[in-house]
Amino acid sequence: MTRSAFLFLTAFLACGVEMVEALTIVLAVGVTRGWRSTLLGAGAATLALVVLIGALGPAISSVPIDTLRLAVGALLLIFGLQWLRKAILRASGYKPLRDEAAAFERERAEAGEAGPADRRSIDWYSFTVSFKGVFLEGVEVAFIVISFGAAQHNGVATAAAAAAVALVIVLAAGVLVRAPLSRVPENTLKFVVGLLLSTFGTFWAAEGAGVSWPGEDAALLAILGLLLAASLTAVRLLRHERGLRALAPARKGGAA
Amino acid sequence: MKQVRAFGRFWYDFLIGDDWLIAAGVLAALAVTALVAGSGVDAWWVMPLAVLALLAGSLRRGVRESSREHAGATRASGTSGETS
Repeated sequence: MTRSAFLFLTAFLACGVEMVEALTIVLAVGVTRGWRSTLLGAGAATLALVVLIGALGPAISSVPIDTLRLAVGALLLIFGLQWLRKAILRASGYKPLRDEAAAFERERAEAGEAGPADRRSIDWYSFTVSFKGVFLEGVEVAFIVISFGAAQHNGVATAAAAAAVALVIVLAAGVLVRAPLSRVPENTLKFVVGLLLSTFGTFWAAEGAGVSWPGEDAALLAILGLLLAASLTAVRLLRHERGLRALAPARKGGAA
Repeated sequence: MKQVRAFGRFWYDFLIGDDWLIAAGVLAALAVTALVAGSGVDAWWVMPLAVLALLAGSLRRGVRESSREHAGATRASGTSGETS
């Protein structure tokens, strides 16, 4: 139960974040250059992702479960720590926050500069940019869904349901506002997803390497708590350090 | 050639990301875990400790990188200010 609930939440949030990024690209190109080719590109990317999942899913399910947990756990842990690192550096001010409104404007300006769109036939610029955006963000979602599904009993159904719910919510929001979803607190979501991916990654990879966790599934909560405490402490320490660094030149200037 | 490079770049970014130390460290930690577990000793504590150490090390590298970029940008703006 603990594992399934965590799994649903992780897949839902991870898919949601990637879908918001893909939607920003599709909306910017669609608003600037017209919807027909943009939606064709997004549709073609979705089909390509379905083919990819269809090909990888059965191949992965034939691998022994311990080998799979080791490989999937290691990859999830690498992804999770990368997301967590980025979110902590953003939260402490060492990296700029991702701004969906700014990303939307950047994409829109690039689309506007790419020459006039031919609205009668296919506009290849819109098609390609939309395809690339949806496919590249989708590969990450597909990987999370497939790996979660393969490493746990009934995992595919749970992760796929979470991805479907995220898709419906993000699409509905996109259709309603037809603007970048800048109010989605993306860094907070990335922080949470990073924590959850790292938790599952640590748990599964260690199991695959031959570890028996004390308390079995309850160990997931302990790992999550440990990572959460460490991450929040890191944000506080780095913010404090950054504050001191900002003061240092001023002090030097004052002394000179 | 350009497309092959872009393809390789995509997979490197996808699998390794911003800091290769994380990927290398996770693999090393798993090898140690397997060795400890294989020798019959409880090994559940290895991965959580390794993850904390990796996160701390990678954050330190991220901070250094960001400070270098910031210093470079400040120097560049100072130089352009002098020439203009």
